[in-house]
Amino acid sequence: MPELLSRWMLALLLALPLAAGAKEAAPASADPVLEARVMRIAAELRCLVCQNQTIADSHADLAQDLRQQVREMLQKGQTDAQIIDYMTQRYGDFVLYRPPVKSTTALLWYGPALLMLGGLGVLAMVLRRRSKLPDDRFEPDQPE
Amino acid sequence: MKSLKFLIPLGIFLVLVAFLAVGLKLNPREVPSPLIGKPAPAFALTRLDAPAQTLKRDELLGKVWVLNVWASWCAPCREEHPVLVDFARRKLVPIYGLNYKDTRPAGMGFLTQLGNPYDASLFDSDGRVGIDYGVYGVPETFVVDKQGIIRHKHVGPLTPEVLRTKIEPLLKELNA
Repeated sequence: MPELLSRWMLALLLALPLAAGAKEAAPASADPVLEARVMRIAAELRCLVCQNQTIADSHADLAQDLRQQVREMLQKGQTDAQIIDYMTQRYGDFVLYRPPVKSTTALLWYGPALLMLGGLGVLAMVLRRRSKLPDDRFEPDQPE
Repeated sequence: MKSLKFLIPLGIFLVLVAFLAVGLKLNPREVPSPLIGKPAPAFALTRLDAPAQTLKRDELLGKVWVLNVWASWCAPCREEHPVLVDFARRKLVPIYGLNYKDTRPAGMGFLTQLGNPYDASLFDSDGRVGIDYGVYGVPETFVVDKQGIIRHKHVGPLTPEVLRTKIEPLLKELNA
């Protein structure tokens, strides 16, 4: 009897992911090419409800609505740029995973390069100074 | 000069602290709306209580009004509602509701149960007008001036403090 029970449990456990998978299937249109374009644009847009997800990944209601919006705009023949514009007009640059380069985002874009240059500069300075030091300032090589 | 060298790490540390302090104070939930200073997006929606009656944005031109986005399924809206009812009682400004992704019976039930602060509630069942207004977290509240320009947006429940310090001074300025 316990063996039968555990088999049932096993079957149930195995069936669980199937049920979950069935539930998550998004209502998509029949056209796979269109769907691929929808997902590509959606992957560029941040979901405002769960902010570290794109609207392609997110299951939030708003993300589903926005994917639907993207789908309809594509069906009307609008370009990717028009759709991105539509989203930024409503939600601001914040929705873009690739923010535009402008004065307010300059630090974001160029900050890492500046840090790198600064680091290289300091490294070069240190190395140059050390190369000018007389040998007796360094510890002699230890024989192995 | 040489003796002050030990201050360099301290300086770097202070710069880091300054950046982190600013970062801590930013609220990622408060996305600055690009719509502020822009015309309120047009809409033509039916009233929640009268499916046959349509209300357009242009009918509201010429007066200062407040748009409050709400839904019966939204818990923070329940928390906000008494504040809104109280605010409406003072008749400072007409308040229009945008009943967002709701059903008529649920929306009407909410108002019957908790009071109706709205001059009218617009029924936005598919959330299209919500998208046009950049709504991402109900409740949200907009202040629109006489020319139909959005002047302020508040995300999250209104509190007496927000009304006193932000909304009321703005209304006074806009109605002056």
